[in-house]
Amino acid sequence: MNGTLLLSIYVLVLASFLGYELLTKVPPMLHTPLMSGANAMSGVTIVGALGLAGVTSGAVATVMATLALILATINVVGGFLVTDRMLSQFSTAKDRR
Amino acid sequence: MTGAELVHLAYLASVALFVVGLKRLARVRTARQGNLLLAGGMLLAVVITLVEQGRVEVTWIVVGLVVGAVIGVWTVLRATATSMPQVVARFNGFGGAASAFVALALFWDEVVDAAGSGTAIERLGVASAVTVALSVVIGGATASGSIAAEAKLWGRLTALTRIPGRSVLMVASAALVLAAATTSIVVADPGFAAGVVVVLLVTSAVIGLVAVGPVGGADMPVMISLLNSLSGLAAAATGFALGNTLLIMGGTIVGAAGLMLTRIMCVAMNRTLWNVLAGGLGAMPSGDDASAYEHVVSSDAEEAAMVLEAARSVVIVPGYGLAAARGQHSAAELADVLADRGVQVRFAIHPVAGRMPGHMNVVLAEADVPYDRLVEMDRINRDFAATDVVIVVGANDVTNPSARQASGTPIAGMPILEVDQAQRIFVIKRSLSPGYSGIKNPLYEQDNCAMIFGDAKEVLDDLVQELSAATA
Repeated sequence: MNGTLLLSIYVLVLASFLGYELLTKVPPMLHTPLMSGANAMSGVTIVGALGLAGVTSGAVATVMATLALILATINVVGGFLVTDRMLSQFSTAKDRR
Repeated sequence: MTGAELVHLAYLASVALFVVGLKRLARVRTARQGNLLLAGGMLLAVVITLVEQGRVEVTWIVVGLVVGAVIGVWTVLRATATSMPQVVARFNGFGGAASAFVALALFWDEVVDAAGSGTAIERLGVASAVTVALSVVIGGATASGSIAAEAKLWGRLTALTRIPGRSVLMVASAALVLAAATTSIVVADPGFAAGVVVVLLVTSAVIGLVAVGPVGGADMPVMISLLNSLSGLAAAATGFALGNTLLIMGGTIVGAAGLMLTRIMCVAMNRTLWNVLAGGLGAMPSGDDASAYEHVVSSDAEEAAMVLEAARSVVIVPGYGLAAARGQHSAAELADVLADRGVQVRFAIHPVAGRMPGHMNVVLAEADVPYDRLVEMDRINRDFAATDVVIVVGANDVTNPSARQASGTPIAGMPILEVDQAQRIFVIKRSLSPGYSGIKNPLYEQDNCAMIFGDAKEVLDDLVQELSAATA
C-alpha cells in the first residue's frame, strides 16, 4: 500500500465522520432543500469528467467522458438552481409575514 | 510550491466551502446563503480543474458544459413545486450515471484502448482498478434506481410493484455483479474486458430497478435520500479510481450526510431502513377498497362552510393530494379568509407527508403561507382535542388512527397527526382509495368525520367562496 492510497483512506474515513456529524439537528422544513443541495454536491464528479474529457484518445472513451460531463453538469447546475428556487420561496413566505 | 501543490490547496478551499455551505444549508436563516457557498465551492473546483489541465483539447469540454448547463436550467424552469421530488430524483440519477461514465471512460482509455494487452490491475493498480468497478456498480444502480423512483413518483412503473422471486433475482444479480467486477479487472484481453464491463453496468442497473421497484410511495422519501447518499459514494469511488482527493472528500461527505438524513427520515416514519428495502409494506390485506368501509358520512363544501363559520380554531392537514391538485394557493386563501374572521388557523405538518421530507413546507411556501401558521406534528398533536374543525386535504396514512395499535397493521407505531381527537373532521379526498400503505383508515368511519369527495383545489375554492359569501 503506497502513501497516497493510505492518505486517501484517511480522507475517506474523516470525511465520512464529518458528513455524519454535519447534519444532526435539521428542521424538517429544510429536509427537502438539504437533500437537493447535497444531491447537487454529489455532482462533484464533474471534476473527474472534466479531467477525462480533454485527454481521452479513443472514440468510445471520449463519448463516455463527454456524456459523463453533460450528466454531471446537469446535476450540478440544475441541482443548485432548484435548491435556490425552493429556498427563495421560503424567504418570500417569511418576508410577507 | 509546484502547480500540483497549488491545485491541492485550492481544492481544500473548495472542500471548506462545501462543509460551511452544508452547515449553513441546514439552518433556516442561512440556508440560501449555504446553497450559494456550495455552488461557489463547485465553481471553484471546476475552474481549478480547467486551469490545471492547461492546453488540452477543449471541444468536448465546452460541448459538455454548455449542453449540461442548458438542460439543467431548462429542467428547473419547467419544474413546479409539486414535481420537485421528481426533479431531485432525476438529477440524482444523472449524478450516479455521471460517476459510472467517468469510471467507464477511464477504463476504456487506460485498459481497452491502450496498446498491447494487460489487465486493469496491471495498468491502473489494484486500488484504482477495484474502485473503477465499484464506481460502475454504485453509479449504475443509483442511476436506474433514481429513474425508477422518479417514475414511481409520477405514478408509473406500477408493474414493478410485485416482482416475483425478487430476493432470488437480487442474489443472482449480486453474484453476477461480483463475478463480472472481478473478471473485468483481471482479464488481459481488451475486447473481452470491455464486454464484461458492459455486462457489469447492465447488471448493476437491473439491481437498482429491482431494489427500488417494489418500494411503496410512502417510503419514497427514504429511498430518494438513500439514493442521494449512494450517488455521493459513487463519486467517492470515482475519486479513488482517479486519485482525486476532492472527489473522495466531496463524495464521502454527501454519502455520510445522505445516510444521516435517511436515518432521520426512518425515525420519523418509525421504519427501519431494512424494512423499507425489504420491499413495500408486506402483504396487502385484501378487500381494502371502498366496500370495506361502512357508514361513511359524505358532505359538501356548503355544509363544511357552515360548520367553519361557527369555528374558533381550525387546523388544516395537507398531504400529497393537495400538492397533486396544486391546491396550495387555495389552501392559503382559505386560511386567510378564516383568519380574517378571527379564527385561529394553523397547518399541521407531518414530517413525511407528501413524497419527500419537508415536501409540504416547500409546497405551502410557494403559496406564501406564513411560517407561524405551520406547526410541526409534535406540537400540534397536543392541541387537536381542543380544535373545533380539522380539514384534512389529500392526506391519508399520516392521519390513520390504527397506527396507534402496537401491531397488526403495516403502519403500526408510525407517529401520526391525531386528528381523530378533534371535534369535527372534514376529509377532502378524491375517493375512499387507500393511501400508500394500502390499508383502511378507520378515521373515515368516525361519527364526527365527514368526507368531501373531489379535487382538493376545487373543493377548497368552493369553501373560500362559501365563506366569503357568508362574510359579505
